[in-house]
Amino acid sequence: MSNKTIMDAPAVSEAVEQLASAVAGDGTDLDSIASIGVHNRGVPLAQRIIAKIGERSGKKVKSGVLDITLYRDDVALMRKKPIVRGTDIRFPVDDLRVVLVDDVLFTGRTVRAAIDQIIDFGRPSRIELAVLVDRGGRELPIMANYVGKTVDVKPGERVTVLLAEVDGADSVTLESERN
Amino acid sequence: MPFEWTHKHLLGLEYLTAEEITHILDTAESLHEVSMRSIKKVPYLRGKVVVNLFFEPSTRTALSFKLAATRMSADVLDFSKATSSAAKGETLVDTAKNIEAMGIDIVVVRHPVPGAAHRLAEMLDASIVNAGDGAHEHPTQGLLDIFSIRRKLGKIEGLTVAIVGDIAHSRVARSNIWGLTKLGAQVICVGPPTLVPGALRDMGAEISYRLDDVLPECDVVNMLRIQQERQGALNFPSLREYSRLFGLNAERMKKAKPDVIIMHPGPMNRGVEITPDVADGNRSIILEQVTNGLATRMAVFYLVSGGAQDDSAVD
Repeated sequence: MSNKTIMDAPAVSEAVEQLASAVAGDGTDLDSIASIGVHNRGVPLAQRIIAKIGERSGKKVKSGVLDITLYRDDVALMRKKPIVRGTDIRFPVDDLRVVLVDDVLFTGRTVRAAIDQIIDFGRPSRIELAVLVDRGGRELPIMANYVGKTVDVKPGERVTVLLAEVDGADSVTLESERN
Repeated sequence: MPFEWTHKHLLGLEYLTAEEITHILDTAESLHEVSMRSIKKVPYLRGKVVVNLFFEPSTRTALSFKLAATRMSADVLDFSKATSSAAKGETLVDTAKNIEAMGIDIVVVRHPVPGAAHRLAEMLDASIVNAGDGAHEHPTQGLLDIFSIRRKLGKIEGLTVAIVGDIAHSRVARSNIWGLTKLGAQVICVGPPTLVPGALRDMGAEISYRLDDVLPECDVVNMLRIQQERQGALNFPSLREYSRLFGLNAERMKKAKPDVIIMHPGPMNRGVEITPDVADGNRSIILEQVTNGLATRMAVFYLVSGGAQDDSAVD
């Protein structure tokens, strides 16, 4: 097994900066944006994006947390029951620009579940997706609006994102299972 | 090694560890939010069938299970003894097996015989949730009571909880005692000696025959219903005397801690075990218990449903 660092801590910070500017756009609709992190590592990423936008504009973008466990399409196949950490969205999402935030975009199944869940809360004007890493390998017709880094991942390789809030330090590594 | 839920059934709190009970409460906390949404439904049990098999009357428990299953998107069938072939002499297991043959995933069962849920767990492939078996256990009521206490006071460990009344006939009391003592609360069973058997000490509870003595030290008082339908001959001289010695009223509340919380699993006999001013007063969380029952039962459905879990009847 070999590990290759593809983003170190400064690179992660820079990517978050870029995501925050892209999400904020021209800054005219900050009151109608909601940044919603998908458990687990989407949650601190969404918070960082909100903090960056706040630093620049002085505005606090709405913030929420999404747990997609009850919307997964593979629960019947799973031997272990995932822990339900809970969804927390304390505002009506109607007519908002909802930006879903996650660490890695892979099959797209998590995003499908997240979109379904958001729609149970109301009718946003748009739903967008911001990810730190797009690693390809989609199994559904889903794409991200904002991408920190695109990584070409070969069969047998895996992307691991570590974030300071959860793991103690920031890094993105490419791990190959045999080498 | 991270925690892993392994039970296919919920038969009683006696058979769960403190960690497992806490996991159900944490899951209920996460699911509580679903009932606050504009669309109060998650797709988790879509295509699954839950049957409510009730051989005893029930209002809130049957409705609560039904609504919880509905919020998880299950299809729900209701069976009640009065309108069924059980009235023609069919046995519990035959009734359940016939219903299971229609393709049932979860059976919620209430039955007057202790161990009825265990029996079904042995005989059926479906997941079994005990909704009350005789005077044995009513685990979801125990869980929702403990969940309600934890939501209100933030913890269970170190609390003193009095359970007052007809402990001998009460499955609610038994589930509460198992759950609360496992989580580190001190439980005091209070009532006349005829209704508070000494064997409760073996479950880890203390016993008192005088409510006025224990009231000042209680963080929680859970008032049980006097089950008039289960008292062949009354186990105390009169309802009036019971009410005078063990009923909770405004006068007696003066002896309690100012921040005590008052619970009742319902249905209440107003004026017998609790007076209306206390039941509807600001220390009462009786209606919150009902609301919390939904999240608790959704959590139980989430945990026992589906998957390739191994389980023997009581493990």
